[in-house]
Amino acid sequence: MCVKYTPDSAANMSVEGGKANWGDSPMVINPWDEYALEEALRIKDKYGGNVTVLTMGDEIAKDALRTSIAMGCDHGVLILGESSSMYDTRFTSQVISKAIPRINDFHLVFFGKQAIDGDTGLVPMSVANLLDWPGLSYVSKIVSIDENNDGIEVVRLLDEGYQECIAKLPCVISVVKEINEPRYPSFVGIRKASKVEIEVIAVDELVDVEVEPSLLRWSVSKDSVDTYDDPEILQGDDMSSIARALITKLTADKVI
Amino acid sequence: MHSGIWVYIDHFQGELLTVSSEVVTAARLLADKMGLSVTAIVCGHNIDDLIDQIARSDVDYVIACDDITMADFRYESFGALLAKLYAEHKPKIILMPSTHRCRDLIATLSVKLDVSAITDGVDLNVENDIVQVTRPVYAGKLNAKVSVSDLFCQIISIRPRTFAVCESNQERSEVLQVDPVYEESEIVIKVVSYDNYSTKKTLSDSSIVVSGGRGVGGPEGFQPVRQLAETLDGALGASRAAVDSGWISYDHQVGQTGKTVSPDLYIACGISGAIQHQAGMRTSKIIVAINKDVQAPIMKFATYGIVADLFDFIPVLIEELNSRSV
Repeated sequence: MCVKYTPDSAANMSVEGGKANWGDSPMVINPWDEYALEEALRIKDKYGGNVTVLTMGDEIAKDALRTSIAMGCDHGVLILGESSSMYDTRFTSQVISKAIPRINDFHLVFFGKQAIDGDTGLVPMSVANLLDWPGLSYVSKIVSIDENNDGIEVVRLLDEGYQECIAKLPCVISVVKEINEPRYPSFVGIRKASKVEIEVIAVDELVDVEVEPSLLRWSVSKDSVDTYDDPEILQGDDMSSIARALITKLTADKVI
Repeated sequence: MHSGIWVYIDHFQGELLTVSSEVVTAARLLADKMGLSVTAIVCGHNIDDLIDQIARSDVDYVIACDDITMADFRYESFGALLAKLYAEHKPKIILMPSTHRCRDLIATLSVKLDVSAITDGVDLNVENDIVQVTRPVYAGKLNAKVSVSDLFCQIISIRPRTFAVCESNQERSEVLQVDPVYEESEIVIKVVSYDNYSTKKTLSDSSIVVSGGRGVGGPEGFQPVRQLAETLDGALGASRAAVDSGWISYDHQVGQTGKTVSPDLYIACGISGAIQHQAGMRTSKIIVAINKDVQAPIMKFATYGIVADLFDFIPVLIEELNSRSV
């Protein structure tokens, strides 16, 4: 189960020297990853096994692992390096795909469909390709897992609707929000998480130092649409006259 | 001759997606600036009509793979074919629409080519043969300008409604037919069925989106909102509050953990306009807010505000719209 530690979705973002800044807003587990965590825990409840939670970043990212363990994960692994924003998806995917077989012999690897900071959504399927495992993206339901034949059947939510498909284990899954309702960390879980030992692997142990952490140049800026004019409140004697006023405006704007 | 700019044409069972035509426009703009050709790549099964449609649009060449193994999009077979074609023709830039299928394809291709891809472009500029892509980050709260740091193959996906639909009905470009790389037995993932799908305009493709929020009060409350969307030939959206309450299905959700839309007209009915909802619709051209509460956050960034009960106002608006069109 792979998670990313991201600024809270309600954070007010600003820019400093071309880099994103979220002030004193809290860091949270990427909201999409919570659905993946929940699904991994449900699969464990149904089929047994245990759930390892993996993240990549600096020491702070350990908090994301502790929260995941408080929710019910058994084991946490931090791939220690720079803050995750220093890496492009190519590098991140290479590191994660090297770490997975080293940690354990996994049947399923879960991801949220994307992270709310970089919003690229490329890591899950890049990892699937690097591991050479089947990758099932945008999964909205795990229909069945056939432990004897290593078969898995899922429903995916695509742009046009749902697609049911089958593949083989081990496989990589990214999930959409529709799949479940994530649980909260339990009191017992929080106590357990505070004591549990987090396994740490350095990024350098997994990929050659010559591999560029990013092949991309980035600079971030504040969106200009942040400044809005005050709205024009349409008024009239009755609903009909307001409706007509709106239709006149929208026609003039050429949007209807 | 196929080495300039590639456009991957995404379609659903042979039906061209509007955004694919928009990406052809983007490719043509870049091609003209950089002195390159435009090649469209189209894969599927029984897609003669689609191939013809693409060959008559604003592209110079078409590479097509029409085979039973390509009937369903699977990143394994499509990715293997694109990687093989890349090795043969070495295009400088590969553009794709930002769709679910293409995100899988981009991830696959970027691994096979060992490059970094850039997704969700909303603006493209060229500097020294390198494309500068503007893309939203942090759910649209910030913009990033991203480019590759060296002259690698540049793989870029483009959001719907960023460019105009390309010109069509031109002379038919030359079509190169190619064979798939994989046999069916070499592809692990099998598609069993499709359910509840439709190729009608999706939320992200629509020029008009009408959304309902907590203010609709329940599943029945979506009726007037849905009717307004139908009257305007727009798509139906919803806020997270409405989806989480179980009033409407998740595929309608607009916002940070839903879809991002950028229509010409966005009508928010009974939506307060939390920052997470804004993230999904703030780039709409005209925003109309219908809300009882003049203090609701949505009123701050709406173009037009209607301070009214949506159940009083929407039926009257529908009536006025209908009488106008008669």
